[in-house]
Amino acid sequence: MALTVNIERDLPGFQLRVSFTCRDSTLGLLGRSGSGKSMTLRCIAGLDKPTRGRIVLGERVLYDSEAGINLPPQERKVGFLFQNYALFPHLTAAGNIAMGLRGIEKKKQEKIIKEMISRVKLNGLEGRYPRQLSGGQQQRVALARALAPRPQVLLLDEPFSALDNHLRSEMEQELKDLLNNFYGSSVFVTHNLEEAYRLCPNLLILEDGKVIASGSREDIFNRPPNLATARITGCQNLSRIRVRQDNTVEALDWGCFLRITADNMVERANYVGIYSRYIRPAGKDDHVNIVHCRVINVIESPHQVTLSVKPTGGETNNTHLLKLSISNEEWSRIASQSPDGLKICLPPERVFLTC
Amino acid sequence: MDMSPLWISLKTSVSATFLAFILGVTAAKLMSGYQGRLKNVLDGVFILPLVLPPTVVGFLLLVLFGRHGPLGQLLSSLGTTVIFSWSATVIASTVVAFPLMYRTARGAFEQVDPNMLDAARTMGVPERSIFTRITIPLAWPGIAAGTILAFARALGEFGATLMLAGNIPGKTQTIPLTIFFLVESGQRTKAAVWVLIIIAISLAAISGLHYWTKCQIPAGGRPEK
Repeated sequence: MALTVNIERDLPGFQLRVSFTCRDSTLGLLGRSGSGKSMTLRCIAGLDKPTRGRIVLGERVLYDSEAGINLPPQERKVGFLFQNYALFPHLTAAGNIAMGLRGIEKKKQEKIIKEMISRVKLNGLEGRYPRQLSGGQQQRVALARALAPRPQVLLLDEPFSALDNHLRSEMEQELKDLLNNFYGSSVFVTHNLEEAYRLCPNLLILEDGKVIASGSREDIFNRPPNLATARITGCQNLSRIRVRQDNTVEALDWGCFLRITADNMVERANYVGIYSRYIRPAGKDDHVNIVHCRVINVIESPHQVTLSVKPTGGETNNTHLLKLSISNEEWSRIASQSPDGLKICLPPERVFLTC
Repeated sequence: MDMSPLWISLKTSVSATFLAFILGVTAAKLMSGYQGRLKNVLDGVFILPLVLPPTVVGFLLLVLFGRHGPLGQLLSSLGTTVIFSWSATVIASTVVAFPLMYRTARGAFEQVDPNMLDAARTMGVPERSIFTRITIPLAWPGIAAGTILAFARALGEFGATLMLAGNIPGKTQTIPLTIFFLVESGQRTKAAVWVLIIIAISLAAISGLHYWTKCQIPAGGRPEK
């Protein structure tokens, strides 16, 4: 079922302009808090009213400002999973699910509840009240409850933000399986880019109420179309550039020249960038894009070390730091050899240009 | 001893609580969804009987229901009058009990997580069912507290009742009026008996409602260990 959204919402000091189509897959809405992600979901569900525009789900027009159509949320068949789950505390797990099944005959209702309970693996817990369930179980109830009335599209508003890390990855996998079995479109809102990448084949990046990038996750993460997208997708290494000749640019903030593969050349680009995980200490076989740096700061985590390094090439006070992540073992090897100076390699195929 | 004040007081405060409950919950529901310009004005009018001295409320009711008042004229054209009748005790008690019911119910409604109501909407639950099956049960402890307060206030009502209904034994003489006039005429022992009776009723009402509230909230309120 295709969901087409083209809406505008005017608020004092904030304007939302969103348009996208989502066809039988999971679309990730990525953006900082306050970028309009949740408001977009609320408009689709009919909980907020856009100022202008059109929302179409399959054959049904949910909202059309020109035709004066604005279906109430009850008639939209849009499932919504809230950030805090919003379970009804006075009803059991089964009661929560049953709330959306009113008007269906009792026997059939019980059958659907049973089916939903087993689908989210809550067998034996249907008589429990939300407070007697763990965070992960509560989320499963919320999911079962949203899916029980057979919505044609499922909207998920930061569904994992209330879970701890361990549960998060477990629930993520379960949700992924459920979304694949759920034959409809779903829109997933998050500010966690890794989560978005893992769950959503297609992404839409929002900033200040506007769509600044959309497309497949590979395109967006490998070749962010603009600076803001690069930042939101977690790229910390960005520099202004001057284009020198074919396939070479001068990175002004790093004081060095960089080769770029022909595939990654972008006309009228203003910035060059590279994700910190792609920068590596230069090995014997690396001859291109080698930058001499001084190590400024070291942050050690259990599985990796994040280095902040300063290119020594055209060093001025304004030279920006580069960040790279390497394994702990590699770091201890480098630290013993040359504690301060470091040669790093920015592989040309990983260096991207952006506007 | 003439027991009529007991029956009059009970009849009056139960009727007044019932009316205040209906009016207060309705007003609270309408006001919690209303975002218009008159919100603060209306809220002030609804709270006013709580902050005004009861005699002022009684005076205003007299003006309203008196022979020349707008409601008084309407009623007399229908061939009836409420002043110095049992209905007057109910009207006075309802008016003074209403703000307590309204304010506590509104507070309780506003405590309900709006996401829960939105969740129910996206699940296709009609607005009226959302109110009766989600808002009311979740706001129930607050509504029950409001009901207790309203009942206590109606039972203890004195000033406005005296002004609007007078002190007619067997007709409008409630327990608080009885106590006042017994003390005034020096019959302190009789007055003390009535004081004990009214304390007993108040305690019974409070524990009764506490018990009822407990029954209404499912056992799942507390986590299982």
